[in-house]
Amino acid sequence: MSLLQVKNLRVEFPTRRGTLVALDDVSFDIAPGEVLGVVGESGAGKSMTGAAIIGLLEPPGRIASGQILLEGQRIDNLPYEKMRRIRGRQIGAIFQDPLTTLNPLYTIGRQLVETITTHLPVGPGEAREKAIGWLELVGIPAARERIDSYPHEFSGGMRQRVVIALALCAEPKLIVADEPTTALDVSIQAQVIAMLKTLAREKGTAMMLVTHDMGVIAETADRVAVMYAGRISEIGPVRQLVRHARHPYSQGLMGSIPPLDRRVERLAQIDGAMPRLSAIPRGCAFNPRCPKVFDRCLVDRPELMDAGTTRAACWLYAEGAPA
Amino acid sequence: MFSFIVSRILQALPVMFVVSLISFAMFAYVGDPVSIMLGQDFTEAQRIALVHDLGLDEPFFVQFAKFIGNALQGEFGLSYRLSRPVAELIAERAPATLELAICAAMISLCVGVPMGIYTGLFRHSWLSRFLLTFSLIGVSLPTFLIGILLILVFSVWLGWLPSFGRGDVVQIGWWSSGFLTLSGLKAMILPAITLGLLQLTLIMRLVRSEMMEVLRTDYIKFARARGLPNRSIYFGHALKNTLVPVITIAGLQLGSIIAFAIVTETVFQWPGMGLLFIQSVGAADIPVMAAYLMLIAVVFVTINLVVDLLYYAVDPRLRVGRGRGH
Repeated sequence: MSLLQVKNLRVEFPTRRGTLVALDDVSFDIAPGEVLGVVGESGAGKSMTGAAIIGLLEPPGRIASGQILLEGQRIDNLPYEKMRRIRGRQIGAIFQDPLTTLNPLYTIGRQLVETITTHLPVGPGEAREKAIGWLELVGIPAARERIDSYPHEFSGGMRQRVVIALALCAEPKLIVADEPTTALDVSIQAQVIAMLKTLAREKGTAMMLVTHDMGVIAETADRVAVMYAGRISEIGPVRQLVRHARHPYSQGLMGSIPPLDRRVERLAQIDGAMPRLSAIPRGCAFNPRCPKVFDRCLVDRPELMDAGTTRAACWLYAEGAPA
Repeated sequence: MFSFIVSRILQALPVMFVVSLISFAMFAYVGDPVSIMLGQDFTEAQRIALVHDLGLDEPFFVQFAKFIGNALQGEFGLSYRLSRPVAELIAERAPATLELAICAAMISLCVGVPMGIYTGLFRHSWLSRFLLTFSLIGVSLPTFLIGILLILVFSVWLGWLPSFGRGDVVQIGWWSSGFLTLSGLKAMILPAITLGLLQLTLIMRLVRSEMMEVLRTDYIKFARARGLPNRSIYFGHALKNTLVPVITIAGLQLGSIIAFAIVTETVFQWPGMGLLFIQSVGAADIPVMAAYLMLIAVVFVTINLVVDLLYYAVDPRLRVGRGRGH
């Protein structure tokens, strides 16, 4: 059975000028221990999906319809206090900027211990030992001495390791990692990703890895979901999606990765920009930028459909598409 | 830590120097002490003798140096009006003002901070709206009007509390305390509320806006994502991060409560330093005014030092020299 199921999730933002639909009909699932990469441009709804899953949508954003199930139990409609017990314990979260996600006034040890004692039935002494263990696991040198340091006494990469320890320390089954390496130096990114991947594998933790770094996805994820304008445009196994993307948008994204084995004059780029939420075109949201657009794309909105190796929301793979 | 304190004290020296210069200048430019002390009828010889006695025929710098030297020993000369040593007068009046200021500060902190937290957390509740409206009144009504209104309601109409004075005081050494008698405590209530109300509303609004600011930060979001209970998020993580600006303002407010108790003391005929100062201004009693000015400067400088030390205690990022880098 899937660990996490997201079914037809729709997130709306009521504004003075009408309701904006930030996520529309988003469905996917994550198996235990699986890493699902979520990619897309800024504003495509990647982080929003993560926030909806951990139940921390910024007001006035709200889940308008659809369901989120964890191990078969609905979690999208739980009262705050019940959801709080799930956060950290069942679903951990890692945010983008390690410089701002740690409370500057408390030692990292205190922040770890309070997280552990909140969720696990251990005393402060035992929690501290566990905390030191986690710091060692995420690769903080001299963890026993550094545990009483404040966040500002660590570098950015080390702080993100602390954040990862905090997200994992109550041993959740799922981690929602929202661009965990974007704010780090390129040289540090690979280390942190490798560490995160190893830890997740060892602990059997599933992960939803939100990023716009295709390199990270190719290296880490088992499956990939590509998001565009609040919808999933394509989802499938990482190898197939990176090498043989079916949706024209995914093809454009993959074409923007520089190949190492041959010279190219120019990287492929996708003309235009993603539409604003208030001005999503009729039919397929990608139709103004799509090189393969045809008449049906301008009228009907495509659902995810079988496109051979992956599932893509594109009329090219429906019956009766132009050859 | 020690060097930090020393450097702050060194920084305070120029401030104190300038204030003492201004205090001293009052003797030369505000009224003429000689004519005040001699009265209507005097001979030229008497005048010259008095000028010599007071040292007013000496050069400016010598006079100033003597003034500073005396001030350092707590010696500010005789009051023109009461013909008693200024230091004695101030020591007599200080307990009344300090007790009033402490009460007012306690009221403003103990009520203002919780109200600020509440209105910051529950922005849209009816109570929050009421408190905000109420605080607007507190900010905009002048102190003397609040005092007079309180007297009208609680002393004149209801007759519950005295409208003036300190009530019975108990002498403990040179300190006279109104805390130990019922009438002293009753007399404290109205002036302390009057003096503290403006600070209370300021602190409430400050805590509220800081709280709202902090609740939007990533580390609060991350604390939620870790599933910490609200109690520890609000009172542990959020409140501590609002403390630095609150300490700054509260410190400055305590200074101004002591310095500007003048209005409240006048309204309630409170026998403190502020009332002494106002009476001295009326009589051009310059030694008292000069001493009061310097005393208030010392109070502000001291409070600022304490505030800086509290920053140190609250925010580990300021403890330079302890950090170990990477």
